[in-house]
Amino acid sequence: MTTLFTILFDGVAYGMLLFVLACGLAVTLGLMNFVNLAHGAFAMTGGYICAVLVNQQGWGFFAALPLAFVVSAVIGVALERTLYRHLYTRSHLDQVLFSIGLTFMSVAAVDYIMGSSRVFIKLPAALEGQIDLFGVGIGRYRLMIVVICGLLTLALQLILAKTRFGSRLRAAVDDPRAAIGLGINVPQVFAFTFAFGCGLAGLGGALSAEILGLDPYFPLKFMIYFLIVVTVGGSSSITGPFLASLLLGIADVAGKYYVPKMGPFVIYTVMIVILLWRPNGLFGRTAAR
Amino acid sequence: MTAPSDVSTSAMASARWRPSEFAFWILVLACAFLFPSRYLIMTDILRLALFAMSLDLILGYAGIVSLGHAAFFGVGAYSAGLLALHGIINEPVIALVAAGLVATVLGFLTSFLVIRGVDLTRLMVTLGIALLLEALAERFSNITGGTDGLQGIEMQPILGMFAFDMFGKTGFFYSLIVLFLMFLLARRVVHSPFGLSLRAIKNNPLRAAAIGVPVNRRLIAIYTLAAFYAGIAGALFTQTTALASLDVFAFERSADLMLVLVIGGTGYLYGGLIGAVVFKMLQELFQTITPQYWLFWIGLVLIVIVMLGRERIHRWVLFVPNLIIRQLFGRKAVVAVPESDAS
Repeated sequence: MTTLFTILFDGVAYGMLLFVLACGLAVTLGLMNFVNLAHGAFAMTGGYICAVLVNQQGWGFFAALPLAFVVSAVIGVALERTLYRHLYTRSHLDQVLFSIGLTFMSVAAVDYIMGSSRVFIKLPAALEGQIDLFGVGIGRYRLMIVVICGLLTLALQLILAKTRFGSRLRAAVDDPRAAIGLGINVPQVFAFTFAFGCGLAGLGGALSAEILGLDPYFPLKFMIYFLIVVTVGGSSSITGPFLASLLLGIADVAGKYYVPKMGPFVIYTVMIVILLWRPNGLFGRTAAR
Repeated sequence: MTAPSDVSTSAMASARWRPSEFAFWILVLACAFLFPSRYLIMTDILRLALFAMSLDLILGYAGIVSLGHAAFFGVGAYSAGLLALHGIINEPVIALVAAGLVATVLGFLTSFLVIRGVDLTRLMVTLGIALLLEALAERFSNITGGTDGLQGIEMQPILGMFAFDMFGKTGFFYSLIVLFLMFLLARRVVHSPFGLSLRAIKNNPLRAAAIGVPVNRRLIAIYTLAAFYAGIAGALFTQTTALASLDVFAFERSADLMLVLVIGGTGYLYGGLIGAVVFKMLQELFQTITPQYWLFWIGLVLIVIVMLGRERIHRWVLFVPNLIIRQLFGRKAVVAVPESDAS
């Protein structure tokens, strides 16, 4: 019974991490119908920024996290303004090719600068080990992830539901043309959201170094996970991707624990079954219209 | 003149062999005799060309964007490898067809997943299938040899007469003949009414359905056929190199394939063949500059191609051949400009 809870907890932590990593992509796909396979590259950037700051510059882990967010967001907005912007109206094939190209470049560049081996971020002592909660062993690091990601999710939900920017964004997601007609600066909203999504991915990358592992092939390895979150979750609300992330996280952790020999089959099978049953995703309408 | 005969005359006119096509294949054959020391790399190009032609069938003619075409390549490669290793089918040509058929079955089964949903779902499903197969091949390492790959494959002589030699001469001509036959078949298919209906689906699926084209059945058919082609390409890979390892399923293989097709252009069958030549040359060039980091340059090439626009690049590339044709024959250029593939 306790192992069940531990698995559930690890799954939730993993799922929340995936959500923070992928929610930027959900917006990119939903808002502008842009297939951005290079999303993982921003997460990797954040992870490596954090690793360099903590391991080489001697920063504290918690001080490095916001910087991972900021740097990824800045790189994101720079790329959005220079390159991505021109591709919004192009075919999906062009977008796929472009973002694969970007992914390849980031993989090779990081390999060149940082080396190809896996990078570990030195964690503060307070985050190591487990705490015992009603007989269930809970990793401190995972607990921190659940807290941080939970707060982030809550904040995102509030921003989307309560603020003026949130209502603009929702309007732009629902119908870009009508939103432009109402005087909403859709490109600006999108640039901001893109930057924010990249920043979240960077933060997620920094947090995930301990759990998912950080190496130059990170963007390629986890591309399918991000895509699953978005396609299964849909993009009409933030709840869809969130639930999809939790489902994916729990399924993956449980699959690896109970049927370790089956490796990643569990999630792929779950994905294929879900897509057979609901081709447009579990929650709400499809991401790509 | 009635409408149907108009359609058939124009379809037949476009299906006629053009002089430039004869020139192309004569040039290919000439390469075989001009560079006798380069058989191995040329075989590599031929395999890649066949594989790219397979993707062209679904991308250029049916508009399906696939990120996991390596799945069928890998299945073909492992099938051919296992058939040869266990001596089930010793004759390479029959084994080739058998491996192609295994991939065809897989293509048929997965096509039902692919025709559901929109571009994004397709991307994900095709990518997922390739990853799933890679994981399967790793899991059942007692059959596939795991990360070491299949080892000790020995190929019997083709048709019992032509043994594979170490310079790759037999392998090259074998691949060339297979490629040419497969090309003829593909050419026949895309110029048939079936091929025309595929183009209609690609341009506008709703409209195609409205004029009575069974969209889903056509997509299943072409996807299955493309899987057969990819399986043959994979089987050729195993037969000419005598190895099959996990990287046949790798995502990089599918992504490289898209680059090949993008360089050559989609929707006129020669794109894959031309793209394969250019891609291999680029690869050789980059690997001599930076052996380890050539992925970076491949990525850069992809971005540059997309940013410049694929149609514009093809106009530039075809500028010189068209100029020569105009000067020599004093008539309108006939070198085909690939169709644009706006979604």
